[in-house]
Amino acid sequence: MQKDTPLKRDDSAISIPLPSAARRTFSLRAPLLLLSAILLGGSALGYSENALVNRHAPAFARVDLHTSQQIHLSDYRGKVVLLNFWATWCAPCLLEMPRFVAWQRQYGKSGLQVLGVSMDDDDSPVRSLDRKLILNYPVVMGDEKLGELYGGVLGLPVTYLVDRNGVVRARFQGETDLDKIEEQLKLLLSAPRATSRPH
Amino acid sequence: MQPKLLNDMLQKPSHQPLLILQVGSHLLFAEAHIPGSEYAGPGSQPAGLELLRKRVASEPKNRLIVLYCGCCPWDRCPNMGPAYRQLRDLGFTNVKAVYMASNFGDDWVAKGYPVEKGR
Repeated sequence: MQKDTPLKRDDSAISIPLPSAARRTFSLRAPLLLLSAILLGGSALGYSENALVNRHAPAFARVDLHTSQQIHLSDYRGKVVLLNFWATWCAPCLLEMPRFVAWQRQYGKSGLQVLGVSMDDDDSPVRSLDRKLILNYPVVMGDEKLGELYGGVLGLPVTYLVDRNGVVRARFQGETDLDKIEEQLKLLLSAPRATSRPH
Repeated sequence: MQPKLLNDMLQKPSHQPLLILQVGSHLLFAEAHIPGSEYAGPGSQPAGLELLRKRVASEPKNRLIVLYCGCCPWDRCPNMGPAYRQLRDLGFTNVKAVYMASNFGDDWVAKGYPVEKGR
């Protein structure tokens, strides 16, 4: 099997390997393109990646594919919510999900609620995969409005940690060290829910 | 093709008309996509490849076609490879793939490049 080729740069050119799936079928070893420009960073405009952190998680209601009942995010107030945006075609998502199943089993009694939001275009592959992975947490279908509500879900996976008071405390994008998520999860689970202020 | 190069090309009105096709998720396309680009179906699925084949059926083989996805990190993308291969197999000689290292959000939107919304 061909080994993954790292991104190579020099002063005048950037060579980029095709995705591994492509390399398996193309056997292309040559770079896709040679560029004379060095990539420059840009400012973030309109893509509020971390804007939700330390703010109340946007409310939403969706139908749970398991029960066909509508669930509201607010139903889980008092619990720590791991809100995972994923899709059946997203390989990094599929690597994470068995761990989420294990966490739901392990930390559920301590107040964890995992909630999966599929960003698939339709629910049939989601239902198939759900049966295969035996997901032990609610799964709902997302859409572009929900993606925008959550700061722009423009690449998967995206995972939010929401504390017992409904406040977003962390956002993880892409392939993430799951131990880091678990570490923050345990911290949130150990924190008591804030009591409301007297009027 | 780096995202910056494509953005530079979009800013030059004299450049030859580009055919830019998103070959990933329709939902993510609806959330944000490159202005003027068209949704052409996920390259990882037969139905998506069929949609792509139909879209380019009447195009000249030497037309510049730019493919992008950005659903997942480049090395994990299930769509770009099959879509690119299909166009190559159909005889298209000027196909470029936009290198989204992480995803469309990080590699295009976060850099301040223009986007459109809607399906």
